[in-house]
Amino acid sequence: MNIFVCVKRVPDTETRIRVGADGQSIDPDGVKFVVSPYDEFAIEAALRLKEAAGEGEVTALTLGDAQAQDALRSALAMGADRAVLLEGEVTPDGLATARALAAEIEAADAPLVLLGVKAADDDQQQVGPMLAILLGRPCATAVSSFELNGDKVTCRREVEGGTEVVELPLPAVVTITKGEFEPRYASLKGIMAAKRKPLETKPAQTADSRLRVESMELPPERTGGKIVGEGADAVPELVRLLREEANAL
Amino acid sequence: MAPSFKGVDFYDLDSLFSDEEKMVRDTIREWVDDQVMPVIQEAYIERRFPRDLIAGMGELGMLGANLPEEYGCAGLNNVAYGLIMQELERGDSGIRSFASVQGALVMYPIYAFGSEEQRREWLPRLASGEAIGCFGLTEPDYGSNPGGMVTTARRSDGVWVLNGTKMWITNGSMSDVAIIWAQTGEIGDTSGIRGFVVPTDLPGFSARDQKGKLSLLASDTSELHLEDVEIPESAILPETSGLKNPLMCLTQARYGIAWGAVGAAMACYDEALNYAGERVMFDGPIAGKQIQQTRLADMITGITQGQLMAYRLGRMKDEGTMTPFQVSMAKRTNVDMACEVAREARRLLGGNGILVEYSAMRHMANLESVYTYEGTHDIHGLILGQAVTGLAAY
Repeated sequence: MNIFVCVKRVPDTETRIRVGADGQSIDPDGVKFVVSPYDEFAIEAALRLKEAAGEGEVTALTLGDAQAQDALRSALAMGADRAVLLEGEVTPDGLATARALAAEIEAADAPLVLLGVKAADDDQQQVGPMLAILLGRPCATAVSSFELNGDKVTCRREVEGGTEVVELPLPAVVTITKGEFEPRYASLKGIMAAKRKPLETKPAQTADSRLRVESMELPPERTGGKIVGEGADAVPELVRLLREEANAL
Repeated sequence: MAPSFKGVDFYDLDSLFSDEEKMVRDTIREWVDDQVMPVIQEAYIERRFPRDLIAGMGELGMLGANLPEEYGCAGLNNVAYGLIMQELERGDSGIRSFASVQGALVMYPIYAFGSEEQRREWLPRLASGEAIGCFGLTEPDYGSNPGGMVTTARRSDGVWVLNGTKMWITNGSMSDVAIIWAQTGEIGDTSGIRGFVVPTDLPGFSARDQKGKLSLLASDTSELHLEDVEIPESAILPETSGLKNPLMCLTQARYGIAWGAVGAAMACYDEALNYAGERVMFDGPIAGKQIQQTRLADMITGITQGQLMAYRLGRMKDEGTMTPFQVSMAKRTNVDMACEVAREARRLLGGNGILVEYSAMRHMANLESVYTYEGTHDIHGLILGQAVTGLAAY
């Protein structure tokens, strides 16, 4: 079976982010970029499926500029068979992104499309479900593990306080969260093999983005804490502050 | 969880590495963060090599990584191989020593001097970590002067019979196979030295753990005893013809050490810099004190020099122009630098610096072995002296 995995190049989650001079984007200088960790779960899931089946092809797909090739190379090094870069503007508009991805996936015979549950940078959780709608497919989100049973896929979803099991007919779109799919390291042979694997670049068929970032700012610097008193006597004041000032209760 | 290691790169060497080289380095860096750092302190205190790491090293392709893919190896260039050694020794010299011995001192001689049959039999298993190897050259009375070795190999009724003792053998007690260097002719005739591929389960072969070490505690160091060990004629490495062959192996291993030492120094510097920023004494962080600033300045300068030397050495090795003298220089100066950096880092850390929770003193103790093995600092000085004057002083 052919599996498509959509991946996004994002700043390393440990990177210290600075807002760029335009106030609308992050300053990329000195920032290490990686494959979004949720997308790594999706790559791992696809590779395990292919390995268990002993056949099939895993294609990594991304939308972005030439630098987004790094993310595809990482996917290839982990074991994806081929990669496609849809060259175009990375937009905060999930629908525009989903349209570009859908145009490529529609043309291919890929019964299963996997994505991370969300991108680690903008946290929107839009692209997977929107892609499913555009492709006319069912979608399961936040899936921690799944199995294929013939032409169905059985997914375990992490929901508040428990697990939900859902079954979808193929073709389907599944978004993956942390669970069973702890990503493998790219082996050194895998890294060497990655440069010999096909990486195709084509112009993205992006629709107009109807969402734009107006401004971006860092959270305020953390200030020193406040000691409200000691022992049981301090509890009423602590509760009052948590309720009235911090709005935490 | 501790924050991941970001590396040390004051001179933007990153721009000189290829994408694949950086990807290899970053993969090993992450693996060391995830797999080595959580276990190394306990292994060190308990004086054991963390054997659980071997399978992962094999799976990722770290063992003999610069040997060809057709033998199950990763087929990397020597710069990428060097970066692996750097990252492993950022974890611990014992981990890097394991990989160095397996790759440069066991797999390399089988690849370079072995028969096709020996290559096919051993290299894939050694690459995967399924088999572990060691290298027996040094003897109790023949360290810097290996040509004088008294371990003998004598032909008798279609077999070779080995007798002798080898000392300071990394991986010795846990090996499945030993590359044993033995004298087939008169003692002292360096052209009579040959290499043998010796399975360690043969009668007469025994290994004894070296007791009482105060360095490289997370490494297996052993003494090997060979008493009338009989091996078939086919166990000889057919392309060996004298002392130059084990020395060629040592050149490979020393190349890795030149990179590895930089990794240990990077670990110590990184730890010292972070500590200095957080540790408040008198009126502010000790990073703001002149004495610690000059310490840190000396460290980063030494590391940067070491990185540049290792980098250039690697490119020359890949171009096929590297000489053993150049390797001697890099091994000698980079390990010396790392010893200094580790010692100064330990001092900067004050009382905390003697604890195993910090890595500086572990590296400092380890590096004394690295300073001494694979050609001591002093002997490499004499090799360099000979290279520039044409006169041998040893």
